[in-house]
Amino acid sequence: MKLRCLFYTLFFSLFCKATTVTLCKDCPVQNFKQALQVIKPYDTLVIKKGTYTCINETIYKPITIIGESLPVLDGKQMDEILVVMSNDVHLFGLAIANSKCGSMKDYAGLRVFKARNVIIENCQLTNTFFGIYLSDSKCITVKNCSGKGAHYGKSDTGNGIHLWKCDSISITGNHLEGHRDGIYLEFAKHCTIESNLCERNFRYGLHFMFSDNDTYSNNTFTGNGTGVAVMYSKGVHMFNNKFLNNWGDAAYGLLLKDMSNGIIKNNIFQNNTIGVTMEGGTNMRFEKNDFVQNGYGLKVMANCRLDTFVLNNFSGNTFDASTNGELKENLFEKNYWDKYEGYDLNHDAIGDIPYRPVSLYSVLVDQMPYAIMLMRSFTIDLLNKAEKNIPSIVPETFIDNKPIMKMIKRR
Amino acid sequence: MLKIAKYVIYDILRSKVLIAYTLFLLVISFSLFALETDGAKSIVSLLSIVLIIVPLISIIFTTTYFYNSYEFIELLVAQPLARNTILLGEFLGVALSMAATFFIGIGIPVLIYASSSTGMILLLAGIVLTLSFISIAFFASVAMRDKAKGIGLSLLLWFYFSVIYDAIVLAFLFSFSDYPLDRAVIALASLNPIDMARLMVLMKLDISALMGFTGAVYKQFFGSSFGLFYTIGIMLFWITLPLLASVRIFKKKNL
Repeated sequence: MKLRCLFYTLFFSLFCKATTVTLCKDCPVQNFKQALQVIKPYDTLVIKKGTYTCINETIYKPITIIGESLPVLDGKQMDEILVVMSNDVHLFGLAIANSKCGSMKDYAGLRVFKARNVIIENCQLTNTFFGIYLSDSKCITVKNCSGKGAHYGKSDTGNGIHLWKCDSISITGNHLEGHRDGIYLEFAKHCTIESNLCERNFRYGLHFMFSDNDTYSNNTFTGNGTGVAVMYSKGVHMFNNKFLNNWGDAAYGLLLKDMSNGIIKNNIFQNNTIGVTMEGGTNMRFEKNDFVQNGYGLKVMANCRLDTFVLNNFSGNTFDASTNGELKENLFEKNYWDKYEGYDLNHDAIGDIPYRPVSLYSVLVDQMPYAIMLMRSFTIDLLNKAEKNIPSIVPETFIDNKPIMKMIKRR
Repeated sequence: MLKIAKYVIYDILRSKVLIAYTLFLLVISFSLFALETDGAKSIVSLLSIVLIIVPLISIIFTTTYFYNSYEFIELLVAQPLARNTILLGEFLGVALSMAATFFIGIGIPVLIYASSSTGMILLLAGIVLTLSFISIAFFASVAMRDKAKGIGLSLLLWFYFSVIYDAIVLAFLFSFSDYPLDRAVIALASLNPIDMARLMVLMKLDISALMGFTGAVYKQFFGSSFGLFYTIGIMLFWITLPLLASVRIFKKKNL
């Protein structure tokens, strides 16, 4: 896919005999609408510093727009601001501000519709309902942009970067803050989401719906309303991400719902009420993740099957794991659990007795939430010890048969 | 009253039991802080010491001290002194020395290594717990004439508050889990000084897990300024009530 994108770029660059049109306050071309009419395909439009009114302007030609010292395209809260409906449009260094907000239409700061091979770089979106809205598009790059959600009130906020029916999109190095969802993908395939920072969004930092075969890596999600949600998707790869500081009643680092064939590797889940919740996960692989200082490290519902959890670190969590029934066909192996009290007689670094991450108390709390008031009570410790020696209530199959004795060092 | 308290403190210092207790607490808390680099984790371990060992030592020490100084009390009763002055003086002496012991044994390491608001709450909870168990011990020892019976009753009370009571609460929650219990749970916690102290510290510690929907209920209550006053009020109640009861018994008691 990426190769094809590259090919198109190279192919079209052969025809470039570009001239430059300049837009500034003292130039022949003084407003943005005029500039779009004057400019020819494959030309470059340079916009000098200043504020230009831009209400629902559409780009129909393959052009490059370069902003010098961040010129502002102001939508004056009348409508959308900029719409791209042509292939091969490159936008660099623009500040896009003040779109309309509404419930009938998803007003966006920058909309890309049925286009291919568009590059959006170093753009800044402020006070827009939706930030960047990509629909029916392919081979789009969104790089080093920032978006700050509008202050229309909590319920009236759109998504930072919104993908609808897209393919091969690359979203890299963006900073998204104060939106409903930082990044939202629906029916988006083969996308790469890399090195973004999503913080303090009202709902999710990142939200997947029906989006298969995507990869997101090296991102940081912190302090979002309820964390990151990946739902109804196949083959999603999640590498080297950080899921931090998601507090609250229904908050978690990562929510997985009806997922299959995903790989979750080298991530850090820290300071979340629930590190990972998985509901209806099939064939998911959790490898080398760190679950640190969460309320619950892992919540795996009983409808998950064929999942593998290997070489993860669990430390400082109030409860390592919890479930709501008997887990079937899931494998826990070679994880490090800081609450493990076993021994290693043959010195192979693997504990000789199995570890059950679900404690009696976490089962109790699951059944009667008010029992949380007895946390760290001496009685509860006694009960937990008794249950650990002769397990009868905790799920039989939620067991790590080869727990590792020492924490696995990652970095 | 203060004079009696002074003599009691001198007497306690001479017996060296409390000095040993202080050293024990110091060693435990320093080694906990040295073993664990994360201050919050050591606080969790210290919490279990504060919730189990501190009440136990307080109640046993006070009871044995009371019976050992029985002759001194008899001597004082023969003097022109009101009986409640004698008992309150005794209480004051024991309470001051135990609180000082706790403060030196746990307070100093906490102040050095983890002087956060959590550490402060832990100290407050520990001191209040010490005082209330001394008060309960006075009640037990005034109520029983026989030393063995008195110590037995103290031990039983300690066991009740630290183990049996929580089991009862668990059974209660289990039987009534279909009902909204948030108020009931707060009321239940108020009936046990150890639970109260535990919740006080927990509100600062395990907030992440407590934040579930019931956790939110507790957090809302105990986290508010009203909740703080409520907690302190209940703890004071647990110090004064057994003491008043023991004064009442002691006044009419045939020595």
